[in-house]
Amino acid sequence: MARAIASRRSFLGHSYNLVGVVASLVILAWTLVAIFAPTIIPHPIGDIVDDDYFGPMRQGLWLGSDYLGRDMLSRVLMGARYTVGISLAAVSIACFSGVVLGMLAAVTGGWFDTCLSRFLDAMNSIPSKLFGLVVVAAVGSSIPVLILTLAVIYIPGAYRFARALAVNINTMDFMTVARVRGESTAYLIGSEILPNIIRPVLADFGLRFVFIVLLLSGLSFLGLGLQPPLADWGALVRENIGGLPFAAPAVVVPSLAIASLTISVNLLIDNLPQKIRDRDA
Amino acid sequence: MKSGVLNLVVKRLGIAVVTLLIVLFAVFFATSMLPGDTASILLGQAATPEAVAGLREAMHLNDPAILRFLRWLFGLLHGDLGTSYANDMPVAALIGGRLVNTMKLAGITTLISVPLALTLGITAAMLRGSLYDRAVTVLSIGVISVPEFMVATLAVLLFAVYLKWLPALSSVNEAHSLTDLVRIYAMPVITLTFVISAQMIRMTRAAVIETLSTPYVEMALLKGASRSRMVLRHALPNALGPIVNAVALSLSYLVGGVIIVETIFNYPGIAKLMVDAVATRDLPLIQSCAMIFCLGYLLLITAADIVAIMSNPRLR
Repeated sequence: MARAIASRRSFLGHSYNLVGVVASLVILAWTLVAIFAPTIIPHPIGDIVDDDYFGPMRQGLWLGSDYLGRDMLSRVLMGARYTVGISLAAVSIACFSGVVLGMLAAVTGGWFDTCLSRFLDAMNSIPSKLFGLVVVAAVGSSIPVLILTLAVIYIPGAYRFARALAVNINTMDFMTVARVRGESTAYLIGSEILPNIIRPVLADFGLRFVFIVLLLSGLSFLGLGLQPPLADWGALVRENIGGLPFAAPAVVVPSLAIASLTISVNLLIDNLPQKIRDRDA
Repeated sequence: MKSGVLNLVVKRLGIAVVTLLIVLFAVFFATSMLPGDTASILLGQAATPEAVAGLREAMHLNDPAILRFLRWLFGLLHGDLGTSYANDMPVAALIGGRLVNTMKLAGITTLISVPLALTLGITAAMLRGSLYDRAVTVLSIGVISVPEFMVATLAVLLFAVYLKWLPALSSVNEAHSLTDLVRIYAMPVITLTFVISAQMIRMTRAAVIETLSTPYVEMALLKGASRSRMVLRHALPNALGPIVNAVALSLSYLVGGVIIVETIFNYPGIAKLMVDAVATRDLPLIQSCAMIFCLGYLLLITAADIVAIMSNPRLR
């Protein structure tokens, strides 16, 4: 769809189109912000710099002020750190565990495969928000708990995806040859299967990252995510929701930040070269 | 060949029952991990150690977890959901009315979103590549890419703040006339419809486009059938299975959506009850609500799988 309008250009051997390039620039920008946030924020995030609350955008306070008169720009920049950081940590754990288990199940087969698949399918039948709600109720909310919870919620999906891919590779002749050679399971999954499924797995990584950002924001919005004084983008929307009736930048900007990140990742994946995106590449 | 389908369906139902047991087990243990001793929370700070020990004994809290799980399960089978810690009422009584409210919300949303999404999805597939198709696709990607609370926030901003058509909060008890009713349900239903429809439109569109690329549809094109006849008479009957599957799957998103929407609009449904129960750490209430949600979710995804099995002509 977007591909038809956008011009194609070549970079590193793959051709990318304009939408994909813009999307990756947005992602890169948020990543840089997440890394350098503490050094580039104009005011400390806790300082009250405005006499008025829900102040408008003006010189010095580029994004206005929040419900306590704190600088919104600094809070959004620091929020990027939490939203991107926590989601990235969670998606890395989820995809790593899911993919390793999935390849292992495909190669081993038998009861190991059956039990693991049945168990993870059952885990998949718990609605994600509900799971988050119950865990946060049980052990309280902190950054490590959030990362682990989000990771656990998305392991079954990553497992299912990787297993489906690995099962196909497992039937190839070179796998039989490797088995006959007497290679270890670690070699089989690391050197024979992984290189053949890595590209669709990376695309899946991106999609799962979006799901996690959305879930994290949702939990924070319910007040179950990061606890004050820390605030990710979802929490920023929650604490400034009082500014909604007069469309204060304090509530609009964090919402836009979430949308720009998730839409960019989705667009980037949609516009990846066919070769990378397709399951049977 | 009929028995083949029956076998698969029975097998799928068996898996659903096993899954339900595992899920119940998980819910029970997650809530058992709640910090703090239930007996001392119930009795307050002034309680003597003897009183706490007595209550623990009376509530069977000293029994092994597996025994408590079995007792809880046994109670569930008899319709006994336990007693709420927070206000000492039977959980069933607390849930009853709330569940009806949530079912109403979900029902109305389904009635609106299913026809809407199917129409948009199928027409977008028919007019593939047109401006209309692009608009529908971009809009549905947009809605999928943002959290539910943002859709809700935008809806409030538009309908309650700028247009002043609807109230921002819901209160079911104040409904006296039809207009009241519409005003109360409008906002939550609009938000949920957006969230559910976006998924459904994408899946429906994909299902129809896939059938449109099959050889027999090409055949219909070659024999000179009109575009609408090609889609409605040749492609649609075969895409029906995947579409019903997509509808059931999308409706399972209601479970997550309803949690956010009820909280934002202060709608007195079961999800709001559960979020409040999490705040007060009311164990039996959380367990029962979580169970109801998992049950609903499981029913929908099982239904989706069974439809997929039944609609596969190779198995009939």
